[in-house]
Order: sequence, then C-alpha cells, then structure tokens
Amino acid sequence: MALLTLGRSGDRRLFAAAAIPPLATVAWALARAGGILDGTAVGESIPWVRGLDLSLDVRVDAFSLVMVLLVAGIGVGIQAYAGRYFNADTPDLGRLAGLLTLFAGAMLGLVTADHLLWLYVCWELTSITSYLLIGWADRDPDARSSALQALLMTGAGGLVMLVGFILVGQAAGTYELSEIVASPPSGTTVTVGLGCILVGAFTKSAQFPFSSWLPGAMVAPTPISAYLHSATMVKAGVYLVARFAPPFADVGFWRPTVLTLALITMLTGGARALKQTDLKRLLAFGTVSQLGFLMVLFGAGRSEATLAGVALILAHALFKAPLFMVVGVIDHQAHSRDIRSLGVWGPGWAGPRWVAVASGLSMAGIPLLFGFIAKEAAYEAFSHHAGTGELVVLAGIVAGSILTFAYTGRFLFGAFTDRPVPECVNTPVADDGSVAEITSASAAAPSVAFWAPAAILAAFTVVLGVLPDLGSRLVYGAAAALDPTVESSGHLALWHGFSTPLLLSGVTIGFGVAMVVGARRVAAWQTAMPTMAVGDSAYLGSLRLLNQTADRVTGIVQSGSLPTYVGVVLVTVVTVPGVALIGELQGQTLPRFADSPGEVAVTALIVVAAAAAALIRRRLSAVLCLGAVGYGMSLLYVLRGAPDLALTQLGIETLGAVLFVLVLRVLPNEFRERATPLGRVVRLAISGAVGVFVFIFALVASGARTARPVSDEFLARSVSEGGGSNVVNVILVDFRGFDTLGEITVLTVAALGLVALGRAGARGLTIHAPDDDARTVPGLKAYLEPRDPDRPRLSDLRRRIGAGRSDEGEPPS
Amino acid sequence: MVLDSLVRVVFHSAMVLALYLLFAGHNQPGGGFVGGLVAGAAFALRYASGGLDDVRQTGRVPGRYFVGAGLFVAATTAVIPMLAGGDLLESGKLKLHPPLLGEIKMTSVLAFDVGVFLVVVGLVLMIFGAFGEPVNPEVPADPTEPRRGETRAR
Repeated sequence: MALLTLGRSGDRRLFAAAAIPPLATVAWALARAGGILDGTAVGESIPWVRGLDLSLDVRVDAFSLVMVLLVAGIGVGIQAYAGRYFNADTPDLGRLAGLLTLFAGAMLGLVTADHLLWLYVCWELTSITSYLLIGWADRDPDARSSALQALLMTGAGGLVMLVGFILVGQAAGTYELSEIVASPPSGTTVTVGLGCILVGAFTKSAQFPFSSWLPGAMVAPTPISAYLHSATMVKAGVYLVARFAPPFADVGFWRPTVLTLALITMLTGGARALKQTDLKRLLAFGTVSQLGFLMVLFGAGRSEATLAGVALILAHALFKAPLFMVVGVIDHQAHSRDIRSLGVWGPGWAGPRWVAVASGLSMAGIPLLFGFIAKEAAYEAFSHHAGTGELVVLAGIVAGSILTFAYTGRFLFGAFTDRPVPECVNTPVADDGSVAEITSASAAAPSVAFWAPAAILAAFTVVLGVLPDLGSRLVYGAAAALDPTVESSGHLALWHGFSTPLLLSGVTIGFGVAMVVGARRVAAWQTAMPTMAVGDSAYLGSLRLLNQTADRVTGIVQSGSLPTYVGVVLVTVVTVPGVALIGELQGQTLPRFADSPGEVAVTALIVVAAAAAALIRRRLSAVLCLGAVGYGMSLLYVLRGAPDLALTQLGIETLGAVLFVLVLRVLPNEFRERATPLGRVVRLAISGAVGVFVFIFALVASGARTARPVSDEFLARSVSEGGGSNVVNVILVDFRGFDTLGEITVLTVAALGLVALGRAGARGLTIHAPDDDARTVPGLKAYLEPRDPDRPRLSDLRRRIGAGRSDEGEPPS
Repeated sequence: MVLDSLVRVVFHSAMVLALYLLFAGHNQPGGGFVGGLVAGAAFALRYASGGLDDVRQTGRVPGRYFVGAGLFVAATTAVIPMLAGGDLLESGKLKLHPPLLGEIKMTSVLAFDVGVFLVVVGLVLMIFGAFGEPVNPEVPADPTEPRRGETRAR
C-alpha cells in the first residue's frame, strides 16, 4: 500500500522494495514447510464481523503451501524482472509496483483463506487489482476496454460464485472451507450452489465459454501478463475447483460438465494458439489450453488426477512464467513480438534462447523436464479406468497435448530461428505505438540480469525434471491435503517402466513432431476451418444489450418531470405505510377538538391560508400564504405552551419566505402550465390521500404510546445534569447533542450543495436538459466508444464548479 | 430611504436579540438555532434594503467561514470531554461571579450552542451569496427552456 502512495514519480528501484514482501512470504513458507507437509495445517482466525459470523480464517495446508510458494516465489521473480523491463523514465512505475504487491497480497489471501466469504473478498480483490493492472496504460483505449472486459467477466462470475458460496455455506451450516470439505453437505441447494461456484471458477480461469478475456488481457505489460495470466490469477479458478472437486465430484452434473467444458477449452485454446503470429497471444491461448488441462485433472476429483494436477500446476507456473518473460525480453529488445518479423539473433541471445527452449520443451512434455513428469502423471491417472468417459478424456488430453507440442514448436521456431526477415511483412507496431525498426541487424542483446529471473525459474524446471523426487514430498503432500485418499508418501519418478503413459507420451511427441514439421499444411487446413471466436462477440453483444436496456429503463424511470417524481414519492408513502396504518386504526378515539376558542380561530386561519396557497396562481402570493400557514402553526405552539418551538418556527418561516423570494425572482410570476383536467383530478386525489394519511398517522402515533414518555425523564434531569432550565434547549445541546452535531454537519453539506447549485445555475450549467439526449445516460458506451470531442467532460465540469466555489475562481469561459 | 434607516437601527437590535437568545437559551426560550435564525433574518433585512453588497460588507467574512468555524467549535466541544476521559458531549459547569452582574452560570454546552449558531448564520449567508446575486438580464424568463449552446452535464 505504501508503494501506491509512494507514487507516480516512479523509480525502478521500487520494484526491489516491492519484492521484499513476497520474498518474506517465501521465507516464511519454507520455514514452516516441514510441519505443513506432515499434514498439520497452520491456521489463524481473526474475528471480523461478529454479527455475520464473518472472520478472517487463514489456513495453510500443503496445497495452499504450494500455491503460496508459487505466488510469492514467482512474485519475487517478476518484481526483479519488471525492474529491468521498464525503462527508468516510464511514468507510474510506483503505482505498478504497488499494484503488483497488492495483487500478490490478495492472491495469497485467496489461497490461504479458509472462510468462504473471506475467500470471496480476496477473489474480488484480485479481480479489481488485475483490472487496474491490465488497464495500467490508462491512455490506451485498448488496454482500458480489455481491462473492463476482464473485470466484467471475472466480476460477474465472482458474483455468481458468491451466491454459490452462500447456498453451500447455508446448506453446510458453516462457511469454513475445511469443514465443508471434510463433511460435504448434499441436496438440491448444494447442487445449485456448486453450479454457481463453477461459473465463478470458469470465468476466472478463462474456461470455455468465458475464455475471451484472457487473450485480450495481453495488452498489459509483459511482467503483468507473466504474473497474472500465467502463474497466479487464472489459477484461482483451478484452485477453487481443486478444493471442491474431491468431495463434490460425484454430484450428478459435476464430472460431465466440468470435464466436457475443460476439454473443449483445452482443445480450442491449443488450436487457436496455433494460428497466432504474436508470440504473446500465442502463449495466452496456450495458457487457456493449459488451464483447460488443469481443470480436467482437478475437476475429475480422483486422487490420481488430483496428484497429476498438483504436479502440472507447479510445472505450468514454472515453464509459463519464464516463457512470458522471454517474450518480454524479445519485445523489449527487438520491439516486436511478431513471428513473421523476428529472426536474426546476435551472440548475446544464447541465454534467453536456452531458457525458452527448456521451458518450451517442458510445456511440450519432453522427458527430463518437469512438464514431462506432470504429463505422465496425467496420462497415468486416466489410463487405469476402463469406462468410455475415461477413454474420451484420455483421448482429449492426448489430443490437447499434441496441440500443445505443436504450438510450442511454433513458438520456439518462430521466435528463435535465424532466417532472413521477409520483406513483405507489414511493419509491426510495438506496444508504445512507435513503429518498430526491423533492420537486418540483430536486436540488441539483453543484459544478463534481465533474463536471469526467467533462467532461475527454468532451472527449477530442469532440476525437477531430472530429479523429480525432490518435488515429490511437496506434490504428494499437497494432493493429500486435497484428497485424503492420496498416499502422502508417494514418489514422483522419471521412469515408470513400459506402460500406457509412456506409450501415450510417445504418441504425443510423434504426432507433435509431425505437426511441427507439417506446420504449413496444418495452417492451411486451419484457415479452412470456421473460426470459433464466439466468446468475444457474445461478450460485446451482451454488453450492448445491457446498455440498451439501461437506456430504456432510465428513460422510463427518470422522466425528468418534477411533479411525477413528487407524485411517485407521495403515492409510495401513502400506500406502503398507509395500508399498514389502517389496521391500527381500530380502537383509536379522536382527541378533543380544541382547548380554547383561540385555537379554533388559528386553525381556521391555517386552513384558509393553506387552501389559498393551493389555489392562487401567482407564485409570490402562494409563498406568502404558505408563510401564513407557518405563522399560524407557531401561534398554535404558543397557545399550547411551547415557546421554543414557536420561536423557531417563526424564525424559519421568516427566513424561508425571504429565501423563497430570492429564488422566485428568476421564475415567472405565475404558474404557467395548467394541468390537464385528468392531471388535476390525479393531483387532487394524491393530495387528499396524503392529508388523510398524515391525519391517521398522527392519530395512531399518539395513541400507540405504550412506554412512559421520555420527556418526563428529560424534565427531571434537565437542571441537575444539563445545567439548564429550558428543557428543549438542554435536549438539543446535551441529551441529544450528538444528533444536533449530526444535523449541523448535514446543514453544512447542504449549504455547500446549495452554493454549488446556485453557481451552476448562474453559469447556465443546466443539470437537466429536457431533450432526448439527456435521457440517455452515457453509460459504458462512453467508455467503449470514442468520446465526442464537443461534449464537455465531467472533469471539466467539476473543475468549473470547483473554480466557482472559491471566490477567486476564474471567470467562466 | 426610510427602510434603509430603519434597517440600520433594527439590524443591530436584531443582532443583540439573537445573541441574547443564544446565551439565554439554556434557561429561557431561545438557543443557538433560534438565535442563528434571528441573526439570519437580520441579514435578510440588510439584504432587502441594501442588496447583496450590503450583506457582504456587514458580514465581512464569507458565510462559509462561519459554517466551518461553527462546525469546528461544536465538534471540538463534543470531543474535548472524551480527551479528558469523559463521554462524548459531556458537559461541565462553571459559575462566574463578575461584579455587578451577579452570578452567571456557564456550561460547556454553551460553546456547542455557539457552534450551532455560527453554522446557521453561515448557512443563511451562503444562501444569500449563492442565490442573492442580481438577476442576470440574460437569463430567460422561463428557465425550463434551456439556452442554446449551453453545456449539459450528468
């Protein structure tokens, strides 16, 4: 948070500071790792909102530990990388570093939360921070709309998920995640709730059909993409499914739905990745595909699949983040990410190239790399059961892996083949809008520190690939935390003997190689296929529909007619509480009519004045009549022995009349518009009803008193405690002093508002212009479409009003 | 002219009345709110005779300072007892015996009432400042008819 305020000035060193919290987290996690892996979860509970049974329950079990290590560990790498990625003169770096830290914090909260609602809070925090991060380049309309798309989709999914959480939580009688998983509830409510939770998880993890936001989010700077969209945020949905799958996967709809959608995601993602020419978009679609894979593994809810899922989640983070980083390096040095325009590499590029190759091959599932281990485990998980469903799933993941192999080949060959750059390629445009210089000279070699974070992560891939047993305690421990049936003492191994998985790996690699070699043919075949980009158009369509509906509803509800508004308010007042009052009317007796002839006379005066105020056509006279009503009221107060009230009423009426006159000067002399006969009838009816309502209300309220009036006590305590014999005043400033304090605060705010209104009126800034344009509120449309330059921006208006408030304000332009 | 002279006489009496109401309020009819209203009415008289400039000259200090000061005084009075270890808005009493005037009881809530008084006076002054400017001849008789070329805002 401090980094956010540290500011816009921005210094690259800020990233070093921002790396400290995740580094500390990693240190903490490693320190506690031994105990956690043995099966004892570390937890703490801090009460938050007691009334709602809401508390900050934090629980770190082995699976959370894996996620914490990933989030924080890659976070450190990313911060180090970002310090090199951005030029020192980039504005707003402080904000970026702070947001990254904030995001990491939210993500850590998410993976350690044990209370469903607290998890939800963190979930939405990641949505919001990722919105800010994607839209970090806030001058770029592309970035803004992509950020909005991501926010809307994940946010809407999150809301649905909240409903699911509440349904499941109510059914289980607890919101503790660990307890729900330990003793899963069942029933229709739970089924519906699970469906809602799945929607949330699918939007967050960019599953079909909600995957369109993720490639769009690639407009963010590469460090952000590498962090959010490879290693962390998109894993949130997977994380949730992983938590819920073991106990709930047997619920009727779960397996068919999750597995089908996840397989579709995996296959379409892979297929679309093959079409991309932008390296980063290629990786983005690859991520979608891999997320589908993860979803298949975790969604199955079987112990072996869960195990494979944990291995893959680790492997994926370890290979995808370096790949993104390398793309960032390429982008930064060569000013292009387009496969067609890259190709000449100087001597300094060996490092990044090896990093990319190692990570890429891990992604493709080549032996001796960690990705292979994970993939083997996945094949293994689905090759034991003989059902049709398993075979379909197995075939699906094999096909998906072949596609993965193919787009990995496309990535590596596209990025790192030495070849002459074809002349015919359009000049690519880099992120910052400057036309990139593609020369025959090779791109400047990156500094070692730039790609070192990627190399460190890639080193993990290799080490774990060669010696998988190093990670087995972590992986098995995490899987056991998810699904108690997993043996936590198992071992990952490179060599399983000749078995089905090995055969399938061979098939994958074989077909993959074929697809890489025959890349041209594949591409031609693919262009012949219809495009499957339904997600984007569906998103835009629903957005447009929402806008139109909002326009229409606003047009109906906000008619802009003051009499209508007042009428609606009054009718509501009369009908809603009024109906309730009628029931109370039984047994009420009318109070005495009057105590003295004076009261009768004054009342008559009030009635006449009120009637006159309603009938008179001149505004000024009407106001004076209203004043007469007020004076009459104060006379009544005097007669009833309430001089304080009378005094106040008198003062208010006097001032009120004067202020009315002030305003009336600018209004026409008479009420011009006469209501239509029907309108008059309606108004009369409403006024009459309100009158009757107030009468009944007063009657019932005075008759409904059951307790002793509080005023007795006030009277008794006034002198002794309040120190004054005027009990009204003592009440105001002492007994009810806090109310008065609030009231004068409100008065102050009202005064400010009045002044602003007066100034705006004097300047001719009509708040409401009764033409058609004003009825359509500029909604999201305004953000999506280029702004009409003639239309003054809100900020301009604010500035002008603000200027008007200070006396030295500049004259209106 | 008659009005003008009359107002000049009445204004000060009205202000005195307002202050009287403010200070007497604790034991007799009156109080900060009523006092403020009377003072506001006095300013309204000034306005009626001399226009906005007259009000501005008399008030000298813009209304918003009154409001701010009033709110500050009231809030401070409310909080100070808390700092001293008491409850919010707890009142203390003080008896003074100045010569000639006999015994005067002061309670801390008087300060609170002064705050209320200032806020009300300031509010009235602000309203005059906002709406009391001479009517601009350019403003059309019927404001529901928007002037062309005006800016719209939502």
